[in-house]
Order: sequence, then C-alpha cells, then structure tokens
Amino acid sequence: MGMTIAEKIIANAAGKGVVGAGEIHTVALDYLMSNDGTTHLTIDMYQKLRHPRIADTKKLVWIVDHNVPCDSPKTAASQKKMRDFAKDHGIDFYEGDGICHQIMAEKYVSPGMMIFGADSHTCTYGALGAFGTGVGCTDYLYGMVTGTSWVMVPETLQFRLHGKLGHGATARDLILTIIGQIGANGANYKAMEFTGDGLATLSMSDRLSICNLCVEAGAKTALMETDAVTLEYLKEHGSREVKAAYTSDPDAVFAKVYEIDLDQIVPVVARPHFVDSVVPTTESKGTRINEAFLGSCNNGRIEDLRLGAEIVKGRKVAPHVRFLVVPASRDVYLEALKEGLLQTFLDAGAIVMNPNCSVCWGSCQGVIGEGEVLISTGTRNFKGRAGDKNSFVYLGSAATVAASAIKGAIAGPEDL
Amino acid sequence: MERTFSGRVWVLGDDIDTDIIMPTEYLALKSIENMKPYAFSPLRTDLAGQIQPGDILVAGKNFGCGSSREQAPEVIKALGVSAIIAKSYARIFFRNSINNGLLLIENADLPDLVQEGDTVEVEVGKEVVYQGKSYPTAPLPQNLLDILEAGGLVKAMQKLNGIKQKGEADGRDTD
Repeated sequence: MGMTIAEKIIANAAGKGVVGAGEIHTVALDYLMSNDGTTHLTIDMYQKLRHPRIADTKKLVWIVDHNVPCDSPKTAASQKKMRDFAKDHGIDFYEGDGICHQIMAEKYVSPGMMIFGADSHTCTYGALGAFGTGVGCTDYLYGMVTGTSWVMVPETLQFRLHGKLGHGATARDLILTIIGQIGANGANYKAMEFTGDGLATLSMSDRLSICNLCVEAGAKTALMETDAVTLEYLKEHGSREVKAAYTSDPDAVFAKVYEIDLDQIVPVVARPHFVDSVVPTTESKGTRINEAFLGSCNNGRIEDLRLGAEIVKGRKVAPHVRFLVVPASRDVYLEALKEGLLQTFLDAGAIVMNPNCSVCWGSCQGVIGEGEVLISTGTRNFKGRAGDKNSFVYLGSAATVAASAIKGAIAGPEDL
Repeated sequence: MERTFSGRVWVLGDDIDTDIIMPTEYLALKSIENMKPYAFSPLRTDLAGQIQPGDILVAGKNFGCGSSREQAPEVIKALGVSAIIAKSYARIFFRNSINNGLLLIENADLPDLVQEGDTVEVEVGKEVVYQGKSYPTAPLPQNLLDILEAGGLVKAMQKLNGIKQKGEADGRDTD
C-alpha cells in the first residue's frame, strides 16, 4: 500500500520501511526550534535533570522573537537565561533577526526533514516539504536530550487545488476559507496536504502562509510537495540541499480529499473570537477599527508588504487608526527598505516596527484596550489574544488590512 | 495517579483556547502559583478561585486549541484539577497535559449531559459513571500511561536515570 508524504517522512525518520496512520514511532529529529515564549522553562527543567546533556547542539535553533526588544525586567531575565545558555552550549541563537518560523524557512528547513518547534505554528515548514510540528517545552526537553521523540502517524486530509486565485483573493483568504469550511478542529491530530495543478501557481510566500495557519484547524502538520518553486526558494536562500523530496503515492490512503477551485475564493475575514468564524469580507465591511496590523509569521513577508504598500501609496491612514507594519525578518526589513516600501508606509502615517511577533502575541507591542477593534494579518483572534479581554480581533489579508487602515473601517482596496 | 476517584464538575463549552486558559499578559509572572488566579479569566473571572483540589473540568470539543504554551495544562494541574473530560482535545495541549501528568479523558456524550456542580466517578481507562450510568472511555496507549503514572515526562525521564544514551534501547517507545 502506498504512503502519504507525512507517512514517508516519519518512516524515514524512524528508520522503517513502511508506516501507517495510528502507529506510534520513535523518530530522529533534524531540528528543534525554540523561542523566548518557553525556552527559559526548558532550561529550568534541563538543569534539574540528574545527568543533563544535549544529544546534538547543531540540531538546536533558539530565537528570541516574542518580546523584542524586551519589555520588562521579567522577560529580560528569561531572555538572558536563554542567551547565556545558548552561548555556553554553542547553540545557534538569534535575536532581533525576525520571527522564528520566518528565520527557519530562510535558513534551515529542507524538504523531508522532521522538525519539532516549541511553538504551535511550526507546521509552517510544510511549505518546504518538511514535517514541522508544535510541541510544549517538556517534549522539547526530551528531544533536546535524546535527539528523538515519539509521534503518532497522522491521517492525512488532502486538498487538491485547481486553477488560480482571482477576485483580489490571496493565499491567506484561501486558508481562512478552508478553516471556515472544516472548522477549528477539522484537522485535529491530522496532516493537511496540499497538491493539484493550483499549487504551482502559488509562491513560496503564499505556501508558507497557507501551511502556517493549518494549526488553527487543529492540524498536527501541513505538507506540500517539493517542486520548482521549492527548489528555487532553496537556491535563493543559501543553496540548501534537499534531504528528501516526497510526494504521496497514487494509492496512498487519505482520510478525506477536498477539491478546491482557487478561482472561487474571495476575500474573507475571520470574526471575533474564532479563527473558523469566516465570512466574505463584504459582510463585515464598515466595522470601525482602532488598529490595523500588517505582519506576523503568517503574513509579514516582502510580498505582503508590497501588497500593502501598493494600497496605501499616496494615501493617509485614517486619523483614529494606529497602523502597525512589522516585517517578519531582518532580510524582509532590508528588502522593504531597499524597495522604498517603508518610506511609503511612513509617508502614509504607519508605525513601522522591528521584526518580531508584535501584537499577534498580545503582550509586547501594540496591544489593544477595552472595546477596541483590531484588523490583523496575525494568526489568531481568540478572546483577549491582542490585549484586553473585552477587545475584538478580525483576521484578514494584507490587502484587507491595508485598505482598512486607510478607510478606518473594514474595507477592501476597491473601497478606496 | 489514582485509578478510581470522583469529583465535582465545572462545565465549559467548545473550543476553550490556551489564551483563555492562561492569558498571555500573565505568562511573565514568576511562577505557576502566581498565575493560578488568572486561569480562565477572559471567560470566567471567578472560576480559578472556585475550583477546589479534586474537581473535574468538563468541556466540549477541541479543548486547549491554540498555542503550545505549557503553562495552560500546568496551571490546571496546579489548581488541583484531577482530570478533564471533553469531547476532544487539541493535539499540542493533549501532549503537554500528559507530559505534565494531567489526566485527559475523552467522551462524546457526557459533556452535554452533566450539570455544573454534579459529581462523576472516574475509573481511568475504563469509564466515567454519572447518575448511575456508565460512559465508557478508551484506554490510553501504554507509553502515555507510563508518563502519566510517573507524574509527567520529566519525572519519567528521571526514572530512566535522566537520559537515554545515544543508540541505547530501553525496550519501549516512551520517547
């Protein structure tokens, strides 16, 4: 019987010929990524072990991205602990360089890899054909000490994409639409695999955006085939080698197959307080906003900034709106600078910030107050996620966010 | 871990996310003890103060969806909750709970039937009894049960003398 991409990666990482959904296997991990959300907790536990050791420091990548620059003495202490430990143990360490998943995509991930990240959006790496999955700090510790972990082989939902996006819709509108369709636990414990002729029309930025959000449907991981777009991206980012390029076998077993016509996708928003509360943007138009956020591991890449800048160029942000623009990494920031995009945003009245998770994480920059409304390209709109527990987050595309910032209410570029 | 116990239940809804269980703004507090009063605060401000050791949380589908923050199951454990009974769990929360020695029970029917303040009896891996009626529950895989029995993954690691050496097999997939 054939295998899915998820099964092939696990089989390879477990040193088995064939694996099937539902089986539990011990796998070797290619990378273990951790950020300042929980690394200090991992270190505390590590230091309590009787014989602490790290299986392979080359497999660890530590990235400070949640509170950058540091916002309080408490987080300063946590980050210092992380920084010192990384230095003492020779662990790859970044701070101020960008959001963890963007840095991993730019510098580390390769097709066929098995990667654990102490962050739920680790499923982003599927865009590059890798099995990325989020874990807590205790699972992380075990992986750090042994170089391995256990995984249950997930069933796969296959999404066959056809045609090409139109109607002003972006990859983010596509994945939000899918989440709205299958629900916030529609892919729980499962892998979401994307294939079909439509995949070739999507850029790596689009693919990262799609895979990133799959955890909002509960997915264990997201996966895409390795194709010309993947190889071009790897070539442009350090000429990384492909570990193994997998596609699902024709006779692989899928829990369910969805056929998606890309040209049927329209701009959508996810309304407060659930990522699967998705409606066409037209239904929420006119909702007054206080803040707009263009950034995050989902939508803070150069393509998103270009889209946003094109919309705000020559216009002004509405007087009652704070418009935060946060490039996802230092490389993205530098490119935006070079292309004059930051100038465009600043001229329009936006607040351009350093690469970090920003208000998407809701504790550092730009948190919103009681009763306030945020339109965001971030990853979540849970109650209280972006600040006060009685505030409201709408999720939309870079185009929707930029247009809304100008309009002062939820809008599309066609409304300006 | 007790194999049979009973407890008073608190009833929550579907999609209880990790930002509700432990809001971001309190994650920087010094310890889980300090975070306890704020558990579930965006949803029910008073709940954390009302939960007594041995109580059981009952919820709908997708409990624990959202971020990988381990403070979510940790704070529930610290409040003394003996088990959660839900229709389903988000997978990262599921792993994190087992790793912290917090018992999770899945049952599709019970969450719609129990009322807050009621008492249920649990026999781990077998059933939950409510008003004299048995609601069967699936047994956990042995490797997860081992972690739970040890009181969490770190304690399970300590039991294996802290670390498995490279290439060393311990005869079971507890990794």
